[in-house]
Amino acid sequence: MGSNKKVDLIIDGKRTDGRSPEELRPIKIEVGVLHRADGSCLLDWGDNKVLAGVYGPRECFPKHEQDPLKARLRYRYNMAPFSVSDRKRPGPDRRSVEISKVSREALEKVLFLEYFPRTSIDIFVEVLQAGAGTRCAALTAASVALADAGIPMKSLVVACAAGKVNDTIVLDLNQMEDNYGQADLPLGIVMTTGEIALMQMDGNFSREEFNQAYELAMKGAREIYEKQKQALKQKYAAGELNE
Amino acid sequence: MSEEEIIWEVKRDSINKLVQSGKRIDGRAFDEQRPITITNNFIENAEGSTLVKIGNTAVLAGIKMDVMEPFPDTPEEGVLMTNAELVPMADPTYYAGPPTEDSIEFARVVDRGVRESKMIDVSKLCISPGEKVWAVMIDMHVLDYDGNLFDAGSLAAVNALWNARIPRYEEDKIVRGEWEDYLPLNDKPISNTFVKIAGKNLLDPLIDEERVMDARITMAVTEKDALCAAQKSGTGFYTKQDLDEMLDLSIAKSKQTRKLIKRE
Repeated sequence: MGSNKKVDLIIDGKRTDGRSPEELRPIKIEVGVLHRADGSCLLDWGDNKVLAGVYGPRECFPKHEQDPLKARLRYRYNMAPFSVSDRKRPGPDRRSVEISKVSREALEKVLFLEYFPRTSIDIFVEVLQAGAGTRCAALTAASVALADAGIPMKSLVVACAAGKVNDTIVLDLNQMEDNYGQADLPLGIVMTTGEIALMQMDGNFSREEFNQAYELAMKGAREIYEKQKQALKQKYAAGELNE
Repeated sequence: MSEEEIIWEVKRDSINKLVQSGKRIDGRAFDEQRPITITNNFIENAEGSTLVKIGNTAVLAGIKMDVMEPFPDTPEEGVLMTNAELVPMADPTYYAGPPTEDSIEFARVVDRGVRESKMIDVSKLCISPGEKVWAVMIDMHVLDYDGNLFDAGSLAAVNALWNARIPRYEEDKIVRGEWEDYLPLNDKPISNTFVKIAGKNLLDPLIDEERVMDARITMAVTEKDALCAAQKSGTGFYTKQDLDEMLDLSIAKSKQTRKLIKRE
């Protein structure tokens, strides 16, 4: 979270990108953009561009990782080298490993893995362009890609973050706010029940501020949920056959 | 299923039943920590070191410092790095090799608790702006794993920092074996970890409780009762009510645990 530099991130109630504290960045969701993957989703969220691809259920390799009782879920979050200002060396770094872990754990009990023993369900999310909130964009896209792949699940999952900048609780931090802000709370929500499947936090929240951030993130999640459903409906509405 | 997993299933049932009747396998209350012992300045070659035991879980944190170039976006600030080793002797399932996702998560969560509390005044660790700053390296060595690495590791790291001294720096060289002032510090963040079993939140999990848990949350709280880091892991879900309960308890418990942080 923020370095010790003091930066004015809210002037006259407007944030650096002109938004009000309770406004999401623009989001665009496209379903079924890849040919080979069983399910896919291209998601634009502010300056983020993430592409999620799902294979599965398919035979689980390596064989020793097969689970006789359920599908093995794998989630790989990866940033493309050109996704950030200073080129990111290819390959998983510690941050990507952590994000992959908590994201996979968020989805495990949402999918009906017991329906597909000895298989694997592989989720790959590439961050093509990064602009703060990539893990939220990734998980949100992954959920849509899983639905596109026809994998049965309890609910769609939406991830959304709220934070604190200049002592104000704001929804959906942008790059500047992530770098110079005071707190960041990404949440991953099981939308049909409102339960929390993913939660991380860094920065500084009083008890009350935490509550406010939580409520704001939930509000953002509900808006994004509508967009997910809309994007999935559109795939069928056009009446095109998938090749 | 391997033999080990069958045992866990049987344990899972018995632990679940116990929790439903309000009990834990070691007789503790749901909000009770195990006894904590702290030994500061355990290692002579380190800038600072602390061995923490929470019950049988033992984590040794060592602080080493070095001089390096600052990060380009913070040219006048010192650098903090946190690493963790799940030493194979600590648990039969630990093996030597590259860091696992568990050890990476452990190191990063403890790091966030230290970093986001701003307990180290990194602006005072600058030697020459843009060229030379002090790097503080926290290495946690897990020696014995009986659950709750996060709290043991965090307590060890924070205590080690409070007992750490900056090496002497003369004529552009570090004089190893000689130390000057203590690190410039201004907080004592405390980490509190809960596992969710049978719908209940249990503070300071034992290894068996971790192995059968639905989910786990770690919350780090500063001296001013602010939440500075939180991490949910595991495949289960939480409700807002769970979060409220654990945050309240974390703030209360931190006040007690913080008294254990001493400069000796």
